[in-house]
Order: sequence, then C-alpha cells, then structure tokens
Amino acid sequence: MTEDANIPPETPEQAAATGTLAARIALKQRAGGITVPVITAVVAFLLGGLVVLATGHNPLLAYRDIFDGAGLNWIFHPTTNVANTAAYNLTQTLLQTTTLILCGLAVAFAFRCGMFNIGGQGQYFVGLIAANWIGVDFAHMAALPHILLAISAAILAGALWAGIAGVLKATVGAHEVISTIMLNWIAIWIAEWLFGDGGPLQNSTQPQVPVSNAISPSAQLPVFWGAKLLQGLDIGIFIALASLVVYWAILNRTTLGYEVRAVGFNPEAAAYGGINVKKNLIRAMAISGAFAGLAGAIDMLGYLYQFGQNDVPVSQVGFLGIAVALLGRNTAVGVLFGSLLFGALLFGTTHGLTSNVIQPELAGNLTYIIQGLIVLFVGADVLILYVWNTRKRMWPRRARVAEASA
Amino acid sequence: MSSTWTERLDNPVSARLRNPATSGIVGIVLGCFAAFLAIPPIMARGTTWPILVGVVAALLGIWTVTRGMRRLGWGAFAAGVLGIALGVLATRSGTGNLNAVFDATLIAQTFGLATPLVFGSIAGMMSERSGVINVGLEGMMLMGAFWGIYGADKGGWPVGLLLGGAVGGILALVYGFFAIQLRSDQIVGGTAVNFLALGITGYFFVQLYNNNPIPNGVATLPNFRIPWLADVHFLGPAIGDLNVMIWAGFVLVVVSYILLFKTPIGLRIRACGEHPRAADTVGINVYAIRYGCVMLSGVLAALGGVYLSDGYGNGTFIADITNGRGFIALAAMIFGNWRPGGAFGASLLFGFSSALALRLQVYSASAATLFNVLPYVLTLIAVAGVIGRTVPPAADGKPYRKQ
Repeated sequence: MTEDANIPPETPEQAAATGTLAARIALKQRAGGITVPVITAVVAFLLGGLVVLATGHNPLLAYRDIFDGAGLNWIFHPTTNVANTAAYNLTQTLLQTTTLILCGLAVAFAFRCGMFNIGGQGQYFVGLIAANWIGVDFAHMAALPHILLAISAAILAGALWAGIAGVLKATVGAHEVISTIMLNWIAIWIAEWLFGDGGPLQNSTQPQVPVSNAISPSAQLPVFWGAKLLQGLDIGIFIALASLVVYWAILNRTTLGYEVRAVGFNPEAAAYGGINVKKNLIRAMAISGAFAGLAGAIDMLGYLYQFGQNDVPVSQVGFLGIAVALLGRNTAVGVLFGSLLFGALLFGTTHGLTSNVIQPELAGNLTYIIQGLIVLFVGADVLILYVWNTRKRMWPRRARVAEASA
Repeated sequence: MSSTWTERLDNPVSARLRNPATSGIVGIVLGCFAAFLAIPPIMARGTTWPILVGVVAALLGIWTVTRGMRRLGWGAFAAGVLGIALGVLATRSGTGNLNAVFDATLIAQTFGLATPLVFGSIAGMMSERSGVINVGLEGMMLMGAFWGIYGADKGGWPVGLLLGGAVGGILALVYGFFAIQLRSDQIVGGTAVNFLALGITGYFFVQLYNNNPIPNGVATLPNFRIPWLADVHFLGPAIGDLNVMIWAGFVLVVVSYILLFKTPIGLRIRACGEHPRAADTVGINVYAIRYGCVMLSGVLAALGGVYLSDGYGNGTFIADITNGRGFIALAAMIFGNWRPGGAFGASLLFGFSSALALRLQVYSASAATLFNVLPYVLTLIAVAGVIGRTVPPAADGKPYRKQ
C-alpha cells in the first residue's frame, strides 16, 4: 500500500481498492444491501446446476431433491412428528445451522476488526476436544453445572487457541492468516492423536476402536424436538441464536465493539483516537475463537456425544463458516441466513438425500462447488460494485432515495 | 605480539573460521550427527557419544548467538539438544526397530514425500514473488492429482502430466482473473479455490469412476534408474532408483533460482512483488507478469499433485488426497523465507518429518500421528520471529490498480 500513500483516493471505489480489508467490506455493505448476496448465491447455484447438467443429470430435479433432503418441504406440511421424513430432515438441517451460525460468527467478528480468521476449524476442534474431555471425565456432576463447565472450557480453549494468532499479530506482526492456517493443522493432528488408538481421549473400553468415550448423560444438552437416540434437535440452537444477539450487541452497543470496529476500519486513525490497537487485535481474535469453541461444545454436548479419528478430516464446518460470514456480510442477520442456506445444503446433499436423479456422493461435492463459487464471487469487490452501479443506472431515483436515507 | 594478531586477523582462512555463520552451520551439522551416531549404519550403543557431540553443537550454537547470528545460532542449539534427545532415545530402542526405521529407503521416501512440497513451495514462491498470495496451492495440487490420474488412465503418464498441469493452470487463471483483474481479496479467492477444487475433484471422481475407489492399472510416472548406482550398497536404494519427478523437482529449484535472481524477467517479477507502482513506471506490465506467475504457480502446484497421485501414490486417488500438503508447501515457502533454496531445504525437512512419522509407527502409532504437527509448529515458530524473521515481498497480497 506504500505506493499509494501519496495519492488520495478519489472515489469510494478507489478507497476500496487500496484500503484495509474492513474498509472494503464496509463499502460492500453499503453497496447493494441484500441484493448482491442473493445474486451471488443464485449465480453460484446456476453454475453448480450447469455442472450437474453437463454430467447428464437434470439440475432442476436434483435441486428439488436436495430441497426435500434438507427438509425444507416441511413448510408445506408443518408437523412436529419426526416420524415424518420432512420434519426429521429439518431437525438435522437445523443442527447443522446451529454449528454454522457460531462458526460464521467466529469468522465475522475477526473480519470486523480487519482480520481474516481462517482458523475456525482448529478453534472448533479445540472446543470439541475440551467439551469431550470435561463431558467424559467429570461424570458425577449435576447436569446444569456440568454443561456450564464443559461449555466454558470449550469457549476458553477456542479463545486461547485463536488468541495465539492474535498475540502473534499484535506483538511481532505475524500475519493472522498464516498463523491460523498453521494452528488449524496443529489442532487437526492433535485431534487425530487424541481420538486415535492409544490416544489420551480414546475409548478406554475398546482400545482398538479409534473413537472417543461418549460424554456422560449429565453433560448432554436437552433435546426438544425428536428423540435423543435419533439425534434430535437440542437446545443448542437457542444458544446459537442468542449468540447472534450477543454478537450484534457487542459490536453495536458496547465500547469494546466500537473499538474493534474502529481498529478494523482504520488502525492508524483508531490509534490516533487513543484506542489501543494491539489490545483490540488480541481481544477480537480471542472472541472469534470463543464463538468457534462454543460451536465445538454445542456439537459435542448437543448431538455428537463422541468423536472418532476418522471424523476429523471429514469435518469442514470451520471452513464453511468463512462462506457463511462472507455471504452474510458479517452482520448477525446475514450470518443467520447464510447458515440456514449452508446448513440445508450440507444435510440436503448428503444424509438427507434420497434421489433417483443425483447420488448423495455427487451432491455432497456439489455443496463444495457452490460454496467455492459463492466465496469466489463474494470476494470480488469490483464485480459487486459493477453490479451496484448498474443497479443505480437502472433505477436512478430509488438508489438516490436509498442513499439519502442511509 | 600485536603484529601477529593483525596478521592472523587478515588471514582469510582464520577469518572464515571465526565467522559466526561457519560455527552455526558446523553446530547444526554436529547436532544432526549426534543423532546420526546412534542410528544405522553407525549405531553406537552407548549414550556418551551422542551427548558429547550434541553438547559441542549446542555450545557452538550459543557462541554463534553471542556473535549476533541469532537465527543460525538458535538453530544449532536446537539441533544439538534434539540430537542428544534423539540419540539417547535411539540407544534405548531395539536394534531391530532401528533398522526398520532407518534404512536407505528412508532417504528415498523423504525425497518422495518432499517432492510435492518442492513443487508446491516453488509454485507458491513464484506467485508471491510477483505480489499475489496463493493460499489456493492445496486446491491446485488436488486438481493436478485428480486430472493427472484421469489423463494417465486414458492416455499414459505423459498425458496425465499435461492434463494435470493444464487444469492447474486453468484454475490458476480463474483465480488470477479475480485476484488481479477484479482485485478481490486474495486470501478469500485462494480459499474459494480450495473449496472449488475439493468439490470439482470429488464430483468428477464419483461421476467418472462411478464411486469405485481406485482406478486400477493406471500408467504411473516412471522411475529414473541410474545403472552404475542402482546396485551400490546403501546409495542404490537411497538415490539410485528415484522417480523422474523427484529429479525434475531438483532441476526446478535450480531453474527457479536462476529465473528469479539471474535473469531480467526475474528482476521484473520481483519488482512487481516489491513495488508494483515503480515497476509500472519503468514500463513493466504488472498485470501480465502477475498473470504469468500465477498461472505458472498453478501449473507447478498441479504437477506436484500429479506426482502425488500418479508417482508417489502408484496411480491411486482418493477424495482429498492432498490432505493439507498444499498448506505444508505454503509453510515450507514461508519457512524458506520466499527463496528457492530455503523452500527446497524446508520441503526436505518437512518431507523427512513426514517419512519419520510414517515409520515411527513401529514404536507407537499414537505418537507417530502426533509427529505430523512438526512442520506446522516449526512454521508457527518461524513466523513468530523467535528464530530470525521471515520477510515476505513488500507488495505481497496487495491488489494493484493501474492509474
């Protein structure tokens, strides 16, 4: 950016091209409102449909089956009876949504401080590990304190894990992307070691099975929709929804949030205004990690109960959080809708899918393709600004009214 | 008296000996040697020798640190301590296990595991030297791994190399369009590339191979057998019969060094990575250079992937076969400080640690799994600046806007 230091940016577009990440995101938030994410998602689905079409399947029927697989057809015949396939599938989609809300918040919070937390997956794993450990080892506690202890431990673990990246960024200027990628893989291998044969958290009664012990019933979250044995929907979703409110409140209604956003928007100006930039970088990263750690705890206490070595490389929720946050433009409401979309895709293309049109193995990979396309398009400012400006040209009066009110 | 001192100071040999760089390097070599003493083929059974040599290495390291070369000095110190620890551990272990872990094929396996990292880290370096961060190495490697197998299945291994490299280049071109032309955030774009590659390879693997796990009987990349070396004791199994891509990787390191640091085009590439505005002012087409480097990066990473599936993997493919190797390559590039020699050394080190992780399973499968964190921990320490400092190109990751 040094080469641009002497040239003042003339337009917001130019400022976006040269400014900090958060400044560019802020600009994108002004540009287009909800239109751009919707267009992005639609284009990604269209391109994904082209892949499906090119490989000899009917994309419309495939998407209809995925829609049904996610249980979204439940809205046509609402029922609370999980013997109904649609209702059951919907509970499973909502389980995925719960995790994705929290993983999305983990990415979004760091974004608002101008950092890219790519390490949600690792922070999720340390939370999962901490929750499993507390859930298994403190088996004689009463239910409520046990759950609270496990959740707090997971939050703390996630915050500390992400805090390493924050401290490195604040003290020696190590780029958070590199350190969080490294921390991801360290956490992944530690999880494989812990849950693998001979690992400290591996099942003590069956030494040949690379799966952890199941947490004690006192640590399991209550299930309110469906049966516990059939992986019903637990109260974790309310914790996730509450986290959305907390996220919004921290950012918009507290001094901490103000400082975090100020640092994200322009660190030099924030420092000039008396804000301790280093402290806020560490704080923002730790809070990010806390959200991801909470996601791990909710998964472990809510429906997984145990975790296997083979599940470790399969899990992608931390990375999906990136797509959720970007699509949701780092706002609480956006993250909620992004999580619903990806939660539905995640379950609807895999376990929920029964289809003659497209196999679950194919459709599961379609999710990654759509996810990749969405992330690719959402990251392109110039494309978005082009769309935004076209919209202004097409409806000049309405755009001016919208700008005047903003 | 004083005249002899000045004479000795002027003596080039003694000046070189007192150079802290020399003592640091000697310390590192001795540290490795301390561990090496206790393993085959030397296999000293007493603990005295490893400890003695290791202590000398550590002392040399400390001396080097006091002379101001912190990175090298701490490296030598760490090598000495590790050498003692590993050497003592090895003397405690049974000779049968030792022979199983440390035989000549360990060297061949190290090269085999290091080669995808060599291609990947040089690929990353080419892109980042021109000012474009490439977090999508993993995805480009994965694309190469799948389409390389597909090409080799349909038309032999040369077709596999061509197809794999071409697909990697195309993916890189798409990434380049977003990162360079549309100036989108490069890390977001790279992340998208990884998702896309995971989805595309997984989708077409199911589609084209109908969910059969391994396409059998694929023409694999051939080995390059050196006739006069292949039957020599130790050296034969170590380096006498290596895959062509391993040798290609060695050549690549030299070529990329010459390209970047000894040719006008290399100067232009580095100018685009350090100060694109200045490069543009003197008439260098920044966009063209960056496009070229990103595409070259994609091709090279994909070739590493082709080797991974069709060479090291003997013509097998499984979903997500790279399993983080693209990120290790990224780590190797950072650990090697964005330089060809450094990236190569780090790739060898990480390849060696992966080979050891596979072989240490004779002792404990569980500990061997944990051993896999080593590359990531080392890189984290390196970026933390505990030993020296890693310095990326100044304009790395910053989109350039023509005025």
